[in-house]
Amino acid sequence: MTKVTMTVNGKAVSKEVSGNTLMTEFLRDELRLTGTHVGCDTSQCGACVIHVNGQGIKACSMFAVEASGADVTTIEGMANADGSLSVLQQAFQDHHGLQCGFCTPGMVMTAAKLLEENPAPTEHEVRDYLEGNICRCTGYHNIVKAIMAASGQDVSGIAAE
Amino acid sequence: MYSFDIETPKTVADAVAALGKEEAQPLGGGQTLIPSLKARLAMPSVLVSLAQIDEIKGITEDAGVLTIGGGTTHGEVARGAASYPALAALAGNIGDPAVRNRGTIGGSIANNDPAACYPAAALASRATIVTNTREIAIDDYFQGMFTTALEETEIVTAVKLPIPEKAAYMKFEQPASRFALVGVFVAKYADGVRVAVTGASEEGVFRWADAEAALSGDFSASALDGLSVPADGMITDLHGSGAYRAHLVAVLAKRAVAAAA
Repeated sequence: MTKVTMTVNGKAVSKEVSGNTLMTEFLRDELRLTGTHVGCDTSQCGACVIHVNGQGIKACSMFAVEASGADVTTIEGMANADGSLSVLQQAFQDHHGLQCGFCTPGMVMTAAKLLEENPAPTEHEVRDYLEGNICRCTGYHNIVKAIMAASGQDVSGIAAE
Repeated sequence: MYSFDIETPKTVADAVAALGKEEAQPLGGGQTLIPSLKARLAMPSVLVSLAQIDEIKGITEDAGVLTIGGGTTHGEVARGAASYPALAALAGNIGDPAVRNRGTIGGSIANNDPAACYPAAALASRATIVTNTREIAIDDYFQGMFTTALEETEIVTAVKLPIPEKAAYMKFEQPASRFALVGVFVAKYADGVRVAVTGASEEGVFRWADAEAALSGDFSASALDGLSVPADGMITDLHGSGAYRAHLVAVLAKRAVAAAA
């Protein structure tokens, strides 16, 4: 067992973990932060995307000890301080950017990084950036629409394809 | 997952010492190895994470040679290798944004996946693989799929790439894995052209000598007219036959030359 200490959603946490503990397991089982979902568990689907030191990564493919000392943000850390939904989260609700909701945490975490890097992405840029996030409901259209709306762009002209 | 220990050395020397343990294996960004561990395709008893070794990270340029630390992520190469645009573009198209934030050039080069992108860039760019013990010329480095000249306790500390006059990489992507179904990297130097192919051969990445000879005389897509690689020895799987892959090699080589010219 190894002691790991990191900051998760602004709070310092410290736990004893075994070497093979994945970040998904650390967050979900040790910290009970179950918003980070496990879809494929092989770094394909993106349901487990979190931010580690400001970078989007797939938590299923990183060990907890590798995040020792890191600043981690999960979907639970994305709402506003008063608990209300962030602009991006609210846009997902307003534009029906989720169906079953399983992929949504990863979609939101990935989209948040996209909008940091590119504040007004085109539809093509959004779809390209979401390459590693899979929606089994195939609800991509409204996800793209929600992300573009969250960036402040007019999406009224975007019709379903 | 099965039980193993993981160590997180801060220096190459400590990493090499840790790799001396029985059944130890280096862990780069983990984007291939961690899924492999879950499938028990690899079962080391000790993993030595290279992610916290600062001395093998970063990109420098000197006298037309780009030196990229083995622990540099694909995302960092995509953003930081502006003096070699074809390489930056290749790095920016590996996997997806989250994978690019973890996966490293050293990990890719050491793993030598037959469908990975970096081996094509390294082979076409006359790279030198720098390890903790020696420098290996790229033509001596790749030894068939998933096989390299690296010894058990050898770590790729850097990859040196002479920047070509012109270069481009064309990847026909396998949409599920985002690896190359076939990828062709073309690099033109003052004294000749190199063409490296990934994704296609059962022997892993290879140089297409006929195309190199034709392009060294005339660096244009039409110089490749009539040239083809044999389908024998090409990978056949549910994504494409050997004949299809052989056809793609010629098509993508032309496109790469057109993009580079």
